[in-house]
Amino acid sequence: MTSSVLPTPAHTIGPFHGHALPFPGGGDVAPEGHPDAITVHGQVLDGAGAPVPDALLEFWGPGPDGEPPRATGALRRDPATGGFLGRDGIRFTGFGRVPADADGRWAVRTLRPGARGRGAPYLGVCVFARGLTHHLFTRVYLPEPTARLAADPLLTSLAPERRATLVADAEPRGTYRFDIHLQGAAETTFLEFT
Amino acid sequence: MTLTQTDVDREMALRRAAYEKALAAGAAPVHHPARDYPPYRSSALRHPKRPPVSVAVRYDPEAVELTSPAFGATDVTELDNDLTRQHPGEPLGERITVSGRLLDRAGRPVRGQLIEIWQANASGRYAHRHDRHPAPLDPHFTGVGRTLTGDDGGYTFTTVKPGPYPWRNHTNAWRPAHIHFSLFGTAFTQRLVTQMYFPGDPLLAHDPVLQSVTDAAARRRLVAAYDHALSRPEQSLGHRWDIVLDGPAATWTGETR
Ligand SMILES: [Fe+2]
Repeated sequence: MTSSVLPTPAHTIGPFHGHALPFPGGGDVAPEGHPDAITVHGQVLDGAGAPVPDALLEFWGPGPDGEPPRATGALRRDPATGGFLGRDGIRFTGFGRVPADADGRWAVRTLRPGARGRGAPYLGVCVFARGLTHHLFTRVYLPEPTARLAADPLLTSLAPERRATLVADAEPRGTYRFDIHLQGAAETTFLEFT
Repeated sequence: MTLTQTDVDREMALRRAAYEKALAAGAAPVHHPARDYPPYRSSALRHPKRPPVSVAVRYDPEAVELTSPAFGATDVTELDNDLTRQHPGEPLGERITVSGRLLDRAGRPVRGQLIEIWQANASGRYAHRHDRHPAPLDPHFTGVGRTLTGDDGGYTFTTVKPGPYPWRNHTNAWRPAHIHFSLFGTAFTQRLVTQMYFPGDPLLAHDPVLQSVTDAAARRRLVAAYDHALSRPEQSLGHRWDIVLDGPAATWTGETR
């Protein structure tokens, strides 16, 4: 079978999504008190090295067992007020959404992703911003276990300096740093799924 | 030097002509906008200069991006798809119904997935603090809606028709009326954010955001169709807009591109 239906083109998210798409607890993906919680944070920067304050980032990752979650409830709505109830603190949906702040900085607290197949563990990322006509996919790989990184099909296909843009830097207390450079010498490796 | 609409129109026409020429010479159609589109000036420092790295999912069937976040009954309320009923009073403007189906490239319905929309009010002003357009805010309109698709991929929103608004891309730049859409598919690879336009809007030809899609047929797919069967007596005018998500999914059996 060949596909016959032509796709709807993408467009920029524009500057005015901050009152519409972010939701309370969007970056608190890990259930409360979970021992496998990690924090990933960084900054979104443009080709001149300036922060991108109107970026929106989405994260999608498996649980520590490597399985993609099926739980709903990332953005529980409150039927009484029309606002948000926030996550229930129990279920792990695997989905995070965080707006960059005025400095282009963001943080997401989620569960340490488990490895799948031959690959190394990673979080899937989708980047949106004003000026970005089509969203960008990338991945946050954790810097360990190194044997997994050395066997990952995507990472091993890349030149060392391109591979390095996909691997987060370990910081103390389960925290990892991952900056996203939309353009320039340190440009992040972006992905296209085919 | 300040860019005028005439300058931008000329630049957009050149890019359309170059694309048409390539197409006539046998190049494959390009359905999505180029990430580097100089007439949309904010793209200059925000597009990657290196081509994206291909992840061929048939060789990487374990890619987590082949699965999707799930949303359910708790993530929307019954009123979320009616943007005219989120406040005690009635919003100003022409009431419209926007309805259609969410499909994948094989034409299969995407069921039970989240659609989010946001838009300016009837005067062309967003309920966002950074919007400085001196058109009136409407205390009875926030302009944000959500829904889950039905078993046939169907969705419906009731809202008011958004107004066009000025922006600072060039002198006297105006965005045509549009509704922003955010869509999830059966795979994270199919994630889509886009904008829906209204038929017959004279600003469509002058808009660098729409014209960043250089394929004429692809641009037409971003314009809703007036559909009288969707109009509700004494209530709202109906527009039909179907959305087709690109990108492979776990059950993908489609073309090789
Ligand atoms: Fe807009």
